[in-house]
Amino acid sequence: MHGSATSSVSLPIVDHPTAAKPFVTNDQRSHWHDQALWFVRSKRDKQASAVPEWEYLRELASAIKTHTIANLDRYLEDFERNARALGATVHWAADADEHNAIVLGILRDHQKSRIVKSKSMLTEECGLNHFLEENGVEVVDTDLGERIVQLRKETPSHIVLPAIHIKKEEVGETFHRHLGTDAGASDPKYLTEAARQHLRSKFLDGEIGITGVNFAIAETGGLVVCTNEGNADLGVSLPRVHIACMGIEKLLPRFQDLAVFTRLLARSATGQPITSYTSHFHGPRDPDSELHIVLVDNGRTRLRQSDEFREALHCIRCGACMNTCPVYRRSGGHSYRATVPGPIGSVLSPTREPDRYKSLPYACSLCGSCTDVCPVKIPLHHQLLAWRKELVGQNLLPLGKRWSMRMASWLFRHPWMFSSAGYLGRISLRWLPHSLTHCRLNKWALSRELPKPPPESFRHWYRKHR
Amino acid sequence: MNDRTTNTSRKKILERLRSRSIGDPPLPEIDAHRLTRFDDPLAKFVEMLQFVGGQSHLVESEGEIRAILGELQPFSTAEQIVSLLPEVHAGNVDPSVIDDPHDYGSVDWVIATGEFPVAENGAIWVAGQSLPDRVLLFIPQYLAIVVSRGRIVHNMHEAYARIGRPPKGFGVFVSGPSKTADIEQSLVLGAHGCRALQVFLMP
Repeated sequence: MHGSATSSVSLPIVDHPTAAKPFVTNDQRSHWHDQALWFVRSKRDKQASAVPEWEYLRELASAIKTHTIANLDRYLEDFERNARALGATVHWAADADEHNAIVLGILRDHQKSRIVKSKSMLTEECGLNHFLEENGVEVVDTDLGERIVQLRKETPSHIVLPAIHIKKEEVGETFHRHLGTDAGASDPKYLTEAARQHLRSKFLDGEIGITGVNFAIAETGGLVVCTNEGNADLGVSLPRVHIACMGIEKLLPRFQDLAVFTRLLARSATGQPITSYTSHFHGPRDPDSELHIVLVDNGRTRLRQSDEFREALHCIRCGACMNTCPVYRRSGGHSYRATVPGPIGSVLSPTREPDRYKSLPYACSLCGSCTDVCPVKIPLHHQLLAWRKELVGQNLLPLGKRWSMRMASWLFRHPWMFSSAGYLGRISLRWLPHSLTHCRLNKWALSRELPKPPPESFRHWYRKHR
Repeated sequence: MNDRTTNTSRKKILERLRSRSIGDPPLPEIDAHRLTRFDDPLAKFVEMLQFVGGQSHLVESEGEIRAILGELQPFSTAEQIVSLLPEVHAGNVDPSVIDDPHDYGSVDWVIATGEFPVAENGAIWVAGQSLPDRVLLFIPQYLAIVVSRGRIVHNMHEAYARIGRPPKGFGVFVSGPSKTADIEQSLVLGAHGCRALQVFLMP
């Protein structure tokens, strides 16, 4: 799962329906997951509707991002210059491998091997943990949800709620095994306290702190990290070295632009008015400390070239599109087999590897709910539809889908065929036995009833009534 | 080796960005008239702080803060206290003799000062310069922030305007205590940072 765009190993093609099967067929779990995310979505709605200028903020956010992405070269240079003036070291990485090598290089320079890390989807994307561990570095994820999945040797199933797919009883088992909590204990308060004690010692022991970046400001050279737990702050306030890893699309032009985005982010993500801690770092802590900022491309400049999908670079990783997505909610984040799941992940993943992720744009009913909640107005469901067009053009569709589409297209081009097919359908639905129309070959009817056949076709009815 | 990589990649990334011009969509100015202001921003702040799990106290003097703190059980039994406001409390851990932040590891309480409260989300801006060490905001078991209610702003736009040009170093909006809902969406206060947050609103 720690695949990167530059990885030389060719990874298996993801078939979303197959990957989702174990989750979806566990009816109870699927519903439990669905409800948990819908709860978050409802909290988001409450917060969004409490801000009368919500739509105005979305428009501003979208316009600011559009402007920034168009002028990204200039803003990156501004940011670099201003960050350096504050005493930070700025590194540039063209891809995941370079990013990982730069981080390892900093650790080697300081001869350090114990890392405390807060949440960063970018480092997930680059497979940093895996890479560092292979090089003998101990990496401790300090976000509670990420620590849970790390101890279970899993990956996050959601970009904001990494352990949303895990039940408290399972967390209890994991903590019993790794942290020595009481067997059978599953009270979230008790388990969180155990994690607090465990991670305190890791914080005090950590030699270098790694964080992601929520926003970086071109005009000041500063960066902003948002957390609820305070783990990023503890992680970078004890050790002398802070490494901040960010995708180049995280930039904002002006300090005041942060107002728009800090108002949107937490409300969209978890239905909070703002995260508990919104930390602003302008340069290293003191003259004896270091702040390293790694700017990572890893496919972003390529995505910027595409008129169709450029707006996906606006994403601030709030996760609102996942919380609302009927497919994500029922199939779980792991079914996407990608760092970023859900609607935005289904847009981003095929831009990296179209063949591998070609089934993801079909993991969508085109209901458009993701587009409605996106705080930066990415036209997600339009992009998912555009991807399908693209995949057909690239001849990447599976044979079954290609032939059925070709058949449908032929049918629609021959009116007499279309009307006879309709007639045949109406007759056979009326007369064929249920056991045949609902046999296992008709997958659509596995858990659904077929509609009652109408007595006549619309064309017939229209001829009589016009 | 890193420097060479970074220089080549820097060039490559910037060149790729410049190879594709995508027009000049304007950077919008924010129209302040379209932003919500509250009839009673202080009441809104108190409401929002409670919503995010913090506790507010409207007080008139340092003496009043001392009295309220004294009645809080975790304060009266606290062993290590760092106070950045000697008028409120003398404290018993002296930051001026500590230069390794790890030494604050077993501090129970910190009494810090905030610059201004934000009505819309119950946040308080704490400037790094007000702290001998920024870890003091995150490492104690309990945190108290004293802030002037007269300096309240309505929303984040006003907040960033108030900060103006950010000073070198650190600054943070604190909205309630440290929290997590990573285990089955059950909200638990006190994830890694403070277990509770007391906010004292001075005139």
